[in-house]
Amino acid sequence: MSPGTVALSVIFGIVAIGSCIGFLAAKRRQLNLEEWAVAGRGLGLILVWILLAGEMFTTFSVLGISGWIYSKGGPTLYVLVYLTLGQILVFFLGPSLWELGRRYGLQTLGDFFARRYGDRLLAATVAVAGVLFLIVYLQLQLTGLGIIVSIASFERIGRTPAMVGSTVVVACFVLTSGVRGVVWVSVLKDFLLVAVAVLIGIGLPYMHFGGIGPMFTALIKAKPDYLTMPGGTTNLTHSWFISTVLVNSLLFAWPHFFGSIFTARDGDTVRRNSVIMPFYALPLILIVFAGCTALLVVPGLANGDLALLTAVRKTFPPWLLGVIGGAGALTAMVPAAIQILTAATLVAKNVYRPFFAPGLSEEGVARVARVAVGAITVIALFLALNTSPTLVGLLILAYSGVAQFAPGIVLGLYSDRVTGRGVLCGLFTGLAVAGFLTFTHRDPFLGLNAGFLGLVLNIVVLAAVSSLSGGKYNGFESASGPVRPIV
Amino acid sequence: LALVPLCALCLSVPLWDRLTPRVLGLPFNIFWIMAWVALTPVLMNIMYRIERKR
Repeated sequence: MSPGTVALSVIFGIVAIGSCIGFLAAKRRQLNLEEWAVAGRGLGLILVWILLAGEMFTTFSVLGISGWIYSKGGPTLYVLVYLTLGQILVFFLGPSLWELGRRYGLQTLGDFFARRYGDRLLAATVAVAGVLFLIVYLQLQLTGLGIIVSIASFERIGRTPAMVGSTVVVACFVLTSGVRGVVWVSVLKDFLLVAVAVLIGIGLPYMHFGGIGPMFTALIKAKPDYLTMPGGTTNLTHSWFISTVLVNSLLFAWPHFFGSIFTARDGDTVRRNSVIMPFYALPLILIVFAGCTALLVVPGLANGDLALLTAVRKTFPPWLLGVIGGAGALTAMVPAAIQILTAATLVAKNVYRPFFAPGLSEEGVARVARVAVGAITVIALFLALNTSPTLVGLLILAYSGVAQFAPGIVLGLYSDRVTGRGVLCGLFTGLAVAGFLTFTHRDPFLGLNAGFLGLVLNIVVLAAVSSLSGGKYNGFESASGPVRPIV
Repeated sequence: LALVPLCALCLSVPLWDRLTPRVLGLPFNIFWIMAWVALTPVLMNIMYRIERKR
């Protein structure tokens, strides 16, 4: 058998096992909207951990981190930092959000805004923007998936069939088993991925340089300034680092992350989960090691995203490349599934029902959500196959864009004086500023992340409009409730 | 207590973003982040215990 066949069969085997798990997970459970979207709010500590880890540990973590360290160097470290710091915010906010979710039956980010501010226009705006960002993120996963399969098959399978095939599988298990299916696929994926991270993070430097220390010695000798900021770039400075970390650590505002909080069995599970979550950033450091090795072993690639897999292919036997490729494929499929699911629920519940079919039952919403799964999948696949510069801009905007939801969430929890109009105006301001700077290539602006500037103006406008517009409204009778918010 | 990792990992970046001294063969900035990623759950566990007592 040729190396490509060996690697491919292993990838297919792993993806097939993963898909079976996905399909079987929800058997013998009645699949209503509540079960589909938030797993009946019954997941324990380990499963929630795996779900959230499944969301955070995406193809970006593997290909993107190694690609960034390959092409940009030191600034990449921001990823490890914001993932860790983001969990501290979840520690404080998570239990309160979970409690509100249980009390008012919230399932999505849009539900939160609709309930707290009683403003369906605001909820729909959040939902539409959220869906847009999710679709862009989703196409990134699909593109990564195409890269993984085509490299691991020694270019025997093109990116297009790889993307189409696996996207259909993902959409199918989202339809049949909802979020519970995703969690169980994630169990397999995480296990494989940690094994792979250890293997390549320690194995690659060891096989080429006899260890991690000697590898760094060689790298520092070859490129003395590369591993500090601004590394291989000119504009990613310390102020960029600080502002980006602050913006990205608002990761709980991602609609799919927000939804996952509600899958937990209780608020305490959410909090304990945030305590153990930072451990998950440790395997990412191994990916950084692997990326550094790739920089020395396969220098000069135009596309940094290909660096890791090219180095792996040069070093390890085909079957091992297959395992790595299979783990990588699942790594794209799990977040893709959860993003499709979240986006579909947002469309059905926060856009379609309030505006087009006010009397729609829960079963009706679930039906619409299933149709939306199909539509969203097709759009994301289309975008992934026709990547354009605008799309790259949109993706950068997605990261700084979701942060603009955060003021409405946090201030909505802790203050009664914030109004729906204020949040809406703030949101538009933040998105406009971040969008303008991103699309005109002024990001970073004055050394600061565009999302950070957007966020600052967002809060200013929010405060100003809230104090001018009268009529306080709070859909949560006592917002902080029995769960005390701050230590 | 929550502010400790914030200061250590984010706000103080100009202080630790350098290559020397090499610790365990790692450049100093990577070692520093690795150490704090491991320490943060420990701190958060302490926060969790304090919070539960109240």
